[in-house]
Amino acid sequence: MRNIVAIAEKELRSYFASPIAYILIGLFSLLFGWFFYVYLMAFVQQSEQMMQFGGGGGANVNQMMIRGLFQNTAVIILFVMPMITMRTYSEEKRSGTIELLLTSPLTDLEIILGKFIGAVALYAAMLLVTMLYMLILFKIGNPEWRPLVAGYLGLLLMGGCFLSTGLFISSLTKNQIVAGFLTFATFLMLWIINWLGESSGPTTRDVLNYLSITEHFDDFARGIIDTKHVVYYLSFITFGLFLTAKSVDSERWRG
Amino acid sequence: MIEVQHITKQYGRVTAVDDVSFRVERGEILGFLGPNGAGKTTTMRILTGYMPATEGRAVVAGYDVFTHPIEAKRRTGYLPETPPLYPDMTTREYLDFVAKIKGVPAKERKPRVETVMERTRIADMADRHCSKLSKGYRQRVGLAQALIHNPDVLILDEPTAGLDPKQIIETRDLIRSLAGDHTIVLSTHILPEVAQTCQRVVIINKGRVVAVDTPDNLTARLKGAATLYLQVDAPAADAGAALAAVRGVTRVTSADQPRLAGVPDAIPPVSSGPLAFEVESEPDVDVRRDLARVVVTRGWGLLELRPVRMSLEDVFLQVTTEEVPEEAPRA
Repeated sequence: MRNIVAIAEKELRSYFASPIAYILIGLFSLLFGWFFYVYLMAFVQQSEQMMQFGGGGGANVNQMMIRGLFQNTAVIILFVMPMITMRTYSEEKRSGTIELLLTSPLTDLEIILGKFIGAVALYAAMLLVTMLYMLILFKIGNPEWRPLVAGYLGLLLMGGCFLSTGLFISSLTKNQIVAGFLTFATFLMLWIINWLGESSGPTTRDVLNYLSITEHFDDFARGIIDTKHVVYYLSFITFGLFLTAKSVDSERWRG
Repeated sequence: MIEVQHITKQYGRVTAVDDVSFRVERGEILGFLGPNGAGKTTTMRILTGYMPATEGRAVVAGYDVFTHPIEAKRRTGYLPETPPLYPDMTTREYLDFVAKIKGVPAKERKPRVETVMERTRIADMADRHCSKLSKGYRQRVGLAQALIHNPDVLILDEPTAGLDPKQIIETRDLIRSLAGDHTIVLSTHILPEVAQTCQRVVIINKGRVVAVDTPDNLTARLKGAATLYLQVDAPAADAGAALAAVRGVTRVTSADQPRLAGVPDAIPPVSSGPLAFEVESEPDVDVRRDLARVVVTRGWGLLELRPVRMSLEDVFLQVTTEEVPEEAPRA
């Protein structure tokens, strides 16, 4: 456990020692802020109309605004996540520091978990900054907080899937550009895999829908924590980490 | 302390290390000598648990590096060929991190980092980022990193590479002072380095151990055939034969036409300019005086006479064609 923390701490430190963490956090909150503004304006307009036509204050912030906002956030994540993981392994391999890690009394799992937790911590920091926007909502409006928690949990889990996949891809190459691009392509595929299902038979569609990483996010965005989706995300993360472990191990044998 | 038994490592079809065996006793400094690509780094990587051997067994500090990697690694310090530094950490932060992952208890970490920095003379760079360090400092931070958890065994892959002469001497002194408490294996392709630092030498070539000996025995063996470089202003036809006739001389080769001749009359009578020869003599016979006398009495000009230093290639030529230790049977 101590070793995992040491590795995670080192990862997090290296994110913040380079501009990468600041760029990611800045970029992410900028894009999030943009969507936040757009959705808030749309919501204000809609609720005004509802007031005029005698809706009687029935406009629901959670349903009408936050759900859409979260769904768009999922798309932003898709674009930013490769930048977090692309260097994790590839940079260590390129600079030779991987030799230090692999000859230290650490298990592969400790190294992998440390790196994963470090990446998740940076991602969590990114999400944390977006909560400032949510504070504005609480200040001017009256949203339900429970669906928000569900939404953030969903974002965290979905991001975890991306991060574990990215970690695996990074462990395959010495070149962080290659790692970044492959990761992005993979994420994109995982995102749009259900588009393929639209035109095919019901069984194929169900299978592809189930595989699509964003499909499982819908319920979270709506404020529902369904164990089905939690299990999907957790097993996806585990699978990504498992692949990373296999990749590191096979690299060792091939030399 | 270290026992390597019949280790073989194959990368695909390439055999990098082929049936290597040796032992290192506690407190000893073992030199690992060989040209680039001989399998030194691969052997060291196997010893440190970085990669497993295809065949064979390595025991470090009482633990098999394959079946008990964590225990073995806890007792091993390793300086790879390129010091594994994180550019965005300062020297102190870096050593603190290494101490953490090497399992130094939290309370001892701080004093340990300071001691090691003192010992490797990098304290003045404690707050400098690793990316801003000179090659010499990087190498020493790498050494500090290997020492941080006070390991029983130190594996150093070319610890003096890239250092200036003064730093090389300091580093050798440091390594010598570490022996006794630590068992050290260091690799190098510099022959004098081995003679100055190591108690025993393993010579490896093309993945095979070709000799295991003390530096003294090794140099004695090398002295076996002393070679002199000789340049004379003489008629080509006579010179070779005259030199070969000197008592104690075993072989005269024209240095102008390398490998052309093993016998004097094979030297072609070409230009009348100065001729260069390589003269080999019997061990323990100093033929320099006699050679000079022969040249002078014939009225030739003696332009140059100097001993030829054994290059590493010569060492290999010699040890591979002479006796081979029992541990490594010839192919």
